Amino acid sequence: MTSTSVRRNKATGLVVLLAGLVITGVGYAAVTSTAEASVAMYSQTQIDQGKQLFQQGCATCHGLAAQGSSEGPSLIGVGAAAVNFQVATGRMPMAQPANQAPRKVPVYNDDQIAALAAYVASLGPGPAVPSDEDLNTTDANLAEGGVLFRTNCAQCHNFAGHGGALSNGKYAPSLMNATPRQMYEAMLTGPQNMPVFNDKTLPPAEKRAILKYINELQTAPSPGGLALGSLGPVTEGIFIWTAGLGALLAVAVWIGAKVR
Amino acid sequence: MSNDHKTDIATTGIVEGDIVEFPLPPHHHRLTDTDPRAARRAERQVSTMFILSGLCIIAFIAAYIAIPETSYLNLGPAGTIQTSNFMLGLTFGLATLLIGIAAIHWAKKLMSDEEIVDYRHPVGSPQEDRDAAKAAFDAGVAESGFVERKMVRRTLLGALALFPLPLIVLLKDMGPLPGDSLRHTIWRKGSRIVIDVTGQPLRPEDMQVGSLVSASPADLKAIQEADGDQNARAKASIILVRMKPSDIVSEQGEGWSWNGILAFSKICTHVGCPIALYQQRTHHLLCPCHQSTFDLADSGKVVFGPAARAMPQLPITVDSEGFLVAQSDFQQPVGPSFWERA
Repeated sequence: MTSTSVRRNKATGLVVLLAGLVITGVGYAAVTSTAEASVAMYSQTQIDQGKQLFQQGCATCHGLAAQGSSEGPSLIGVGAAAVNFQVATGRMPMAQPANQAPRKVPVYNDDQIAALAAYVASLGPGPAVPSDEDLNTTDANLAEGGVLFRTNCAQCHNFAGHGGALSNGKYAPSLMNATPRQMYEAMLTGPQNMPVFNDKTLPPAEKRAILKYINELQTAPSPGGLALGSLGPVTEGIFIWTAGLGALLAVAVWIGAKVR
Repeated sequence: MSNDHKTDIATTGIVEGDIVEFPLPPHHHRLTDTDPRAARRAERQVSTMFILSGLCIIAFIAAYIAIPETSYLNLGPAGTIQTSNFMLGLTFGLATLLIGIAAIHWAKKLMSDEEIVDYRHPVGSPQEDRDAAKAAFDAGVAESGFVERKMVRRTLLGALALFPLPLIVLLKDMGPLPGDSLRHTIWRKGSRIVIDVTGQPLRPEDMQVGSLVSASPADLKAIQEADGDQNARAKASIILVRMKPSDIVSEQGEGWSWNGILAFSKICTHVGCPIALYQQRTHHLLCPCHQSTFDLADSGKVVFGPAARAMPQLPITVDSEGFLVAQSDFQQPVGPSFWERA
């Protein structure tokens, strides 16, 4: 490989990239409403700002050109949705390499997140940040959402959406504080060890039905009070074996105590 | 032992043969036994608790009638609870508890607390009763001729030996025996793979790397309705995953996957829980029941937990219309092991 061919590769890449951007941008603007387009389109300034932020905050693990390293996966083609999910929920940047990337207070503000998303989206085609229209659950079928949730999500996120353990210290997070946009992005992009539920295997209407069902789980009142994490017999058992039996033992001690 | 003997032990203690008997400590009277005012106070306390219990029952009825079910109560860190549930539980629980506490308080403070010694009786019957029983039994054996009349004895034993046979025959007929149904599912060569719940058929390009799909055969519903057999679904459930073809270490059969799409049974080989806890970056499938973990990139082998066998893989291919189909049935029984399984 000579230096000329490297230079030619770079130039080709730039041309393809620009062409791709123009085609996606124009195509998107043509088929979607202006409200959606404003989410999908990013300015060159944003891309440049995003690149700068990326090289400061992300390149250590994901590589200077987002090509990935032993510490972090390649981000080429993961799309703006993945960036928005990971950074807006504070999962990225991680404090240190670990099995689980926990939700925490975001490091970047909204503008910076948009810039990072713009940069990563410019690297290759990937899922865009879902629009308000994508998240509109007015016409979604709640009952269908429940069936789909129990078939596709409940195995890891718990039947009540409270999350659950995976292997080697990993866990599926609780959905109680997740926003519809974050959950839509998670389904689209499969963050960390979550599988991908792309639009072909789980069409947008079904995603919206699931969002509607999760919203129901998040807002439904708890007539029985103390839910104990909705984990079923584990927490309920611990509670009754300690608090319940403890109270009975105290009563037994009182019954047996000598009266003065 | 006589009664006056008992008083001796209670007050002084004696040694009788090998048994050392210890005296009870001297009895101390309670305050309520010596002070009539304390006794009256205890009496009032018990009565108050009974009255409070009654008031709680009245409050229960009032709460049942008055509190609307739409009303919720915030209990701080314990979350919110339906006010009606909370009040009904609280009043009825208190009513029960107060009766219990009052009864115990009554027994402890007011009922007699004098110690009473109650001796155990010897367990065995007196010797003369035992001798009489033995004599009666021997007389019965002699009169029946059970020992001399060998033919009667042997035919009786023979009849008794045959007696349980109907039970065995009836139990055996509880079948039908499963035959080879445990070894087969309804997957056939060319069975189209459809997404669970929606029934939508799948093309390979519908799945991207990292995808997970819960799926079943297209003709599942028709077969279930024709056979009235719900087991078909339990055995035929599968999951489809897609990974980079370069990530696949090994498969259970040559050419069983399609461009990185692999199909595995959804039923754990340990005790049969349905599993779809697929971790797309490690390609591990985790069973939530007992933490058996299968590596789907490496022939579905067990990498952790109590499962003894790899997760059975379903050979898949693509039909002429471009949809994912099964190449054949599973090549080994799905689900937990059974005795006759080789």
